[in-house]
Amino acid sequence: MTAAPLAFTTDRIGWEPWVEPLAEAELTEAHREALVDRARAASPYFRLLARDPGILHARTKTDLDIFHNADGGLPRAERELAATATSRHNGCVFCASVHARFAEHYGRRPDDVRRLLDEGVGARQDRLWRAIVDASVALAATPPALTGDHLDALRAAGLDDLAISDALHAAAFFNWANRLMLSLGEPTAPEAPVKE
Amino acid sequence: MSTDIIDRLAGVEPGSPLDRLRRRRPDAREHAQRGYLALFPQDTGSDTGGGGAGEVSLVERYAVAAFVAGLHRDPASARHYDDLLAAHAPGLAAVVSAEVEAATTTGPYGIYPEGPLAAESVPGPAHRVGDRAALGDRLAAALEHAHLLVFRPREADPEALRALARAGWSTTGVVTLSQLVSFLTFQIRIVAGLRLLRTAQKGTRP
Repeated sequence: MTAAPLAFTTDRIGWEPWVEPLAEAELTEAHREALVDRARAASPYFRLLARDPGILHARTKTDLDIFHNADGGLPRAERELAATATSRHNGCVFCASVHARFAEHYGRRPDDVRRLLDEGVGARQDRLWRAIVDASVALAATPPALTGDHLDALRAAGLDDLAISDALHAAAFFNWANRLMLSLGEPTAPEAPVKE
Repeated sequence: MSTDIIDRLAGVEPGSPLDRLRRRRPDAREHAQRGYLALFPQDTGSDTGGGGAGEVSLVERYAVAAFVAGLHRDPASARHYDDLLAAHAPGLAAVVSAEVEAATTTGPYGIYPEGPLAAESVPGPAHRVGDRAALGDRLAAALEHAHLLVFRPREADPEALRALARAGWSTTGVVTLSQLVSFLTFQIRIVAGLRLLRTAQKGTRP
């Protein structure tokens, strides 16, 4: 293991748990079902969460629908932007690295993604990305600070209610994901196979 | 009234525009509900289908949830979990409510390690419970950990998990506790977002 990355990055970094995941050999059929994608048995993160398979299964199915359901709504790039902005604001270097790469890939706007990581959530963005970053940051606050003005800005940037709901779901989901990745282990370099 | 907990807390009526919108993402809707039921099995003794079900008691789950919902200051969510706790452990409800009172702040904040992010550090309080005797060691440690996760997740470290272990939390119990707190930070934000969307759709937004 190399030293943990100290700054936000789009590099493929790894993640290492602080407590013991289940061993691959210990995984029962119920555990494997909870992983949803069976290839995740290789990931220490998912094998750690597999200790409580009921909530892992719900977590994963919720995640997949929020980010992958392509029946209208917000484009994938902007869902990934909401995930990245939330992770940047909460301080999850690992989550931000994964979803910044997705945002880059789907949005083809690497400079805008880079600026979000380097300068933070206040970095200059166009109207749509500004509205999504601001709503994500407001929603990440405890207590949540999202207001009707954030929804108005999203609407003014061209989003309908389904797209706005998608943005809020992607941002809200990463409040869940960030806390698991931040509190059960830490990022490492180089890459280990895990995705959150 | 919908039996879906997010619908109930956000005031989403069956057949309303927001209900139809939620059903465009059927897996997210269904599994947010299943996650809730996995973490909060409705009847004592029922199996959640999860290996972690036995490691964290229902009362512990309700107490942590009432604390987390209280910290988010969402009245509908806070009332829901307060009521569950009061129904299952009447003596604990006031104790947890006092902890919420003492622990309330605004997040996220926290110190980054030495390095390029140190300039973004925002120092802030860690919560130490006031009434350890009334809560017991396990629950006291759980509330302190929940406060860390809610307000300063970037400060989480291996020592925080060791503190849970010293208070009697197994590794599987730690996973369930972490999921419960983290899931609630999602559920409460979905509720807040949908409620705001509903208000906007009615044209009566404040």
